[in-house]
Amino acid sequence: MSELHLDDTTRAGETAAASAQPSVAQSYGIPLAVLLEVTHRCPLQCPYCSNPLELERAGAELTTDEWKHVLSELASIGVLQVHFSGGEPTARKDLVELVQHATDVGLYTNLITSAVLLTRERLAALADAGLAHVQISFQGSEPQIADRVGGFAGGHAKKLEVARWTRELDLPLTVNAVMHRQNLHLLPDIIEMAVALDADRLEVANVQYYGWALKNRAALMPTLQQIEDCTAIVEAAQQRLKGVLTIDYVVPDYYALRPKKCMGGWGSQFFNISPSGKVLPCHAAETITGREFPSVRDASIAQIWREAEAFNRYRGTGWMQEPCASCAFKEIDFGGCRCQAFALTGDAAATDPACALSPLHERIFKTAESEAETGSDRFLYRNFAGGTVEGA
Amino acid sequence: MAPRRVEVSETTRPVLPRHARLKFDETRQRWVILAPERVLAPDEIAVEILQLCDGARAVADIVDVLAAKYAADRGEIGADVVAMLQDLADKGFLAEAKEKTP
Repeated sequence: MSELHLDDTTRAGETAAASAQPSVAQSYGIPLAVLLEVTHRCPLQCPYCSNPLELERAGAELTTDEWKHVLSELASIGVLQVHFSGGEPTARKDLVELVQHATDVGLYTNLITSAVLLTRERLAALADAGLAHVQISFQGSEPQIADRVGGFAGGHAKKLEVARWTRELDLPLTVNAVMHRQNLHLLPDIIEMAVALDADRLEVANVQYYGWALKNRAALMPTLQQIEDCTAIVEAAQQRLKGVLTIDYVVPDYYALRPKKCMGGWGSQFFNISPSGKVLPCHAAETITGREFPSVRDASIAQIWREAEAFNRYRGTGWMQEPCASCAFKEIDFGGCRCQAFALTGDAAATDPACALSPLHERIFKTAESEAETGSDRFLYRNFAGGTVEGA
Repeated sequence: MAPRRVEVSETTRPVLPRHARLKFDETRQRWVILAPERVLAPDEIAVEILQLCDGARAVADIVDVLAAKYAADRGEIGADVVAMLQDLADKGFLAEAKEKTP
């Protein structure tokens, strides 16, 4: 027995959907992990928020019983992990009850939070309810910039406090840092901050440009030089901090030559559920206009995953047009991101312009460069009113 | 700097931390380790080792159990067990039991 090993670690949300029970039309196994956006309410107003421009109001949200039903169903069809996200998931008064129910049905629970609404008592109650992991978003490493990006005074200090409580309660901590032109210079400090907070994991996630972030692209787009520096800093830190801090890195694809394998392939390894119960192939899917997305109120989740047109539309490679259709990489990256293709070309079935083979690639690259050099730093803050211009 | 790295040796008494859960996945009929935003797929032998990681046994005890069970070379098994546990520790999914055992 000289071959002992663990398979390479897989990001639960992104890879390795196991082949579950063979399904009717196609053999897409149920994903290992599902993102639950339990509310769109949030005290922060980050200009790159991944929620849709048209936010769902509190009155449209699933009830406590409906969410519990969803959790039970997810566990029964083979989902292993859930991410409680939002909006700000702690804005739901029933979050402890939902986490307890998830634990009771055998799900592993992650909390993805801005942290600013948490008290120590509530965090302890979540831990008692079986919460397994806390991910806190940071907008920088110092309050001046961080609180301005989040549009929430005092937010950064509160996040530091909640991060400490998290470790005191012996919960593993992930620091999530969304990076863009206006905070990339803080990256070395953010890495040190994550180490000082005794985080297990740091996500260095460059902004992806859909929805709110696309509206704020000129204020957020980094320069090519910044990205090259960022990559070098991350790679050096990954080496230096092995066994102490795991660093996951998401690059901004406007400057790439190959597009990302978005969501591991559409309808392949990922889905999320919106506050009102819509089952979506990715959290930006609703930016593709003219598509209908079914709700957990209308059908079983297994049936939606297997049969919904919204999921089958861009599965596999049959939907592709040129240059994707005859491309050697078509099963490697599946033509990139459908939402980005739609946002930049008006056609969700087009090649993602992040790909060098897209006829639009050169123009996109130049746009990014020029916005990075000359774009205004002023944000459009995310809110239920369709956004508010900074300082207006 | 946080010197949290666990160095696995024969005297280590390994245990899974509360955020790393060994579970049998009924849907896919295989063992998995659930960890923050990750799912690991341990092979059969790794599962057997992890089931012996109760916070009371030292690595040396675990190696003894396996060497007896498989009538195999203790030195070779010992090196394999330490390597597997160190890999898990480096990923942040293995802890050392505190002085007092349950």
